[in-house]
Amino acid sequence: MKISIQINEGPYQHQASDTAYQFAKAAIEKGHEIFRVFFYHDGVNNASRFTMPPQDDRNVVNQWAELDIKDADGNPELVVCIAAALRRGMLDESEASKNGIDGNNVHPAFRISGLGQLIEAGIQSDRLVVFGD
Amino acid sequence: MLHTVNKSSFERNSLQSCINTIDDTSVILLIEDGVISAANNANSSMLTDLASQGRVYALKGDVEARGISSKVANNIKLVDYAGFVDLVVEHGTAVSWV
Repeated sequence: MKISIQINEGPYQHQASDTAYQFAKAAIEKGHEIFRVFFYHDGVNNASRFTMPPQDDRNVVNQWAELDIKDADGNPELVVCIAAALRRGMLDESEASKNGIDGNNVHPAFRISGLGQLIEAGIQSDRLVVFGD
Repeated sequence: MLHTVNKSSFERNSLQSCINTIDDTSVILLIEDGVISAANNANSSMLTDLASQGRVYALKGDVEARGISSKVANNIKLVDYAGFVDLVVEHGTAVSWV
């Protein structure tokens, strides 16, 4: 079955991202397809490649990256909402150069895109599960 | 439909709102702090009623993390994350009472 996930909260502050990750992992292990994970609101903070938790703590960002959720062409299907990301200082290379900022922090396993991607995930998937606070 | 509730009923009234709203075929899965409502002494009578119909589940890992395994009310079924996935597959639309 095709399952998509929406995450509305950032890592380490709320349990939402951890629960969603465990859910996604279990779904993949059961042979389901995670079509897309959409990071919305504070959830965009799950995409920061600068996240440096202590050694004895889980790295939420890398955990998501290691799930390797991609489409058939190899494009990341960990999708970060562009409006939520830009206002929180989450930029990929293209958004940084477009806005004249000298750095970017979105992990390469994620991509920035628009809200249409959430709607499309809802249409294309058999199930959409929301995790938030 | 599957309804997930992730807040303790001591913190928010989302479980009560959920119970007031759902139809006769819906099931409830308590996750995160929502599992607090699975403890005997935190149970509303409506939840007990739904549980006796086999329509209430709680996420095992979250129950254990909060130290309330021995207090989970009768008839509330514990599921792991694989069981969570099965509930999503089986019950169609998933509504999150966040």
